[in-house]
Amino acid sequence: MKMTGARILLECLKREGVDTVFGYPGGTVINLYDELFSFKDIRHILPRHEQAGVHAADGFARATGRVGVAIATSGPGATNTVTGIATAYMDSIPLVVITGQVPTALIGNDAFQEVDIIGITRPCTKHNFLVKDVKDIATIIKKAFYIARTGRPGPVLVDLPKDVQIATAEFEYPEAIELRSYKPTVEGHPKQIEKAVSMLLAAKKPVMYVGGGAISGDAAGELTALATRLHIPVTTTLMGLGSFPEDNPLSLKLLGMHGTYFANMAVTNCDLLVAVGARFDDRVTGKIATFAPHAKIIHMDVDPTSIRKNVRVDLPIVGQVKEVLGRMLKSLDESGDKVAAFHTAIEPWLAEIEGWKQKHPITYKQASTVIKPQFVIQKLRELSDPDAIVATDVGQHQMWTAQFFGFREPRTLLSSGGLGTMGFGLPAAMGAQAAFPNRQVIAVCGDGGFQMNLQEVATLVQNRLPVKIVILNNNFLGMVRQWQELFFDKRYSQTCMELPIDFIKLAEAFGAKGFQATKSDEVEATIKKAFETPGPVIMEFKIAREEKVLPMVPAGASLNEMVLNA
Amino acid sequence: MRHTITVLVENEFGVLSRVAGLFSGRGFNIDSLSVAPTNDETISRMTIVTRGDDQILEQISKQLNKLIDVIKVIDFTDGEVVEREMALIKVTAEDSARAEVLRIADIFRAKIIDVTPKSFTIEATGAPAKIDAILELLRPLGLKELVRTGPVAIGRGAKALKG
Repeated sequence: MKMTGARILLECLKREGVDTVFGYPGGTVINLYDELFSFKDIRHILPRHEQAGVHAADGFARATGRVGVAIATSGPGATNTVTGIATAYMDSIPLVVITGQVPTALIGNDAFQEVDIIGITRPCTKHNFLVKDVKDIATIIKKAFYIARTGRPGPVLVDLPKDVQIATAEFEYPEAIELRSYKPTVEGHPKQIEKAVSMLLAAKKPVMYVGGGAISGDAAGELTALATRLHIPVTTTLMGLGSFPEDNPLSLKLLGMHGTYFANMAVTNCDLLVAVGARFDDRVTGKIATFAPHAKIIHMDVDPTSIRKNVRVDLPIVGQVKEVLGRMLKSLDESGDKVAAFHTAIEPWLAEIEGWKQKHPITYKQASTVIKPQFVIQKLRELSDPDAIVATDVGQHQMWTAQFFGFREPRTLLSSGGLGTMGFGLPAAMGAQAAFPNRQVIAVCGDGGFQMNLQEVATLVQNRLPVKIVILNNNFLGMVRQWQELFFDKRYSQTCMELPIDFIKLAEAFGAKGFQATKSDEVEATIKKAFETPGPVIMEFKIAREEKVLPMVPAGASLNEMVLNA
Repeated sequence: MRHTITVLVENEFGVLSRVAGLFSGRGFNIDSLSVAPTNDETISRMTIVTRGDDQILEQISKQLNKLIDVIKVIDFTDGEVVEREMALIKVTAEDSARAEVLRIADIFRAKIIDVTPKSFTIEATGAPAKIDAILELLRPLGLKELVRTGPVAIGRGAKALKG
């Protein structure tokens, strides 16, 4: 049957199982929106800014493991998506972003609302397409989803000129797609996997270092099985939080710049580091030369470019971590009593780690009246549902959440790890809530990041998305202020946001509810009240203004050179 | 260290800027890059000459492989590869210098492809070092204009590189 390009696009999305898209209309996608008007199989959510639309699609993808979809018009609509796309790219989140483009005859003419979005997004997409013929739409969309979700996932942009949306063609959706130039490795090399198992069993001081790859690769089950079977301590990156339950005694929690003392000491002293879907980011390694100086390194990753990018690796394994860990488990089944011997051999190591845990647990000084942000996060954990999803913005509150929430399940923390995008938290929570209308979704923000995308409270209200928003308000751009305090002689250049914004009235202006807590003993009641109130709610906590995120490894220092108290 | 990298890519618009963008995005310089379709018209072949230590080159090669449109990447090391480059050289040639220019062209088996009373234009092909050598001899005579293609490279032996 002949259809317009716009209709073909929607049919393709439906075939890919897309039920929710986040998009913003405009001149070059008006035909697409006209088709959407009567297309009942796809729910469309209208954010108040395209950047937020892409973050919402990203939050949807992070929470569900499915491909998030966002739509924007050409020109400014398209350029507004760039921060969202770059955020997803840095964290390997599968997205398909569809942008309108001026008619093909006008491309390159500086037409109204024209921009070379293919050129602009080339360095921050996994791949992108300009569709020049209506007949190509179906194949390109099929390819876009395939590329976005396979291998190392990532965002794919499809630029769709207006005339291509209007033109008609026969609709036929390809069953499968074959790209001769793109064949991600799934299975790890069997010999390398065998070698990894024997290296593990020979280790006396092993540590697993787990990144977001374990979550995007759905490998949390295998990871937990392997670690608990062998009694290997596990530390995770920010992106890896939730892949291994933090209430497990083997958990070392977060490592790196704001990681725990015991995680960083364990990495510094280990003799074998098993990196699982992690990429040795500089926020994790600190000074490269002294990172895991005594360790042999096994690195498993689906993306070969991650391996040996930053550190020397003794044993690389390219493949999907789920597959690789699964095979390691199988191989252990056949290794007989070696496992028992290994348990005995690593006992002193586990005792040493326990000593570090006792010496410097992750903690803070509670105050009598002033609200400590860490206390708010702990109370949130205590009072929220076990399967609550937490999205954060970027800054101090993000690190306090990472340190004190205690994530136990994959896909329950949504945070911009790689790009560090302020303004991410609220729209990401919005996307997760759209995916899971009945789960508790919490957005933890600072006062700075919240103000970057606060207009999305309107979207929450309009679409009945009951996100509970936490603002840890210190009237500072807290993380930068912390750096200025520690490394710039307290010269607080432009980090003070003194304007006393009334966030309660702001919530009400949007048709939401708002509650404020200024004292420590109001925290619990405020959270309870917010959780009991239907619909979106802003909870504002006036927190200790100069509270710092500690411990901290100063940028460029070694992991064991931590500032524990300041 | 100098590396000659051959990249087979889909013959589609935008691929060249993806490849070039990989280098520029990391601040790496490309000494030369030549590209044209192969005997299979859906595939283009690029020859890229660049410099860097082994670690950098390993990354470049992996990153190139990661591009969706890239079918194959080969980093040739010396000896395994035959390289050829073409240069068009416009040189001042008056009076007694005319004979000298002709002699140099002859020695290098270069062709004179345009002549005026004051100049010769020479077409020279060969390994990049040979082009360097002829230029060194012609430069003192008055080099007016130079255009080089950058090398193209093909592996030695009977084995062919296919997409």
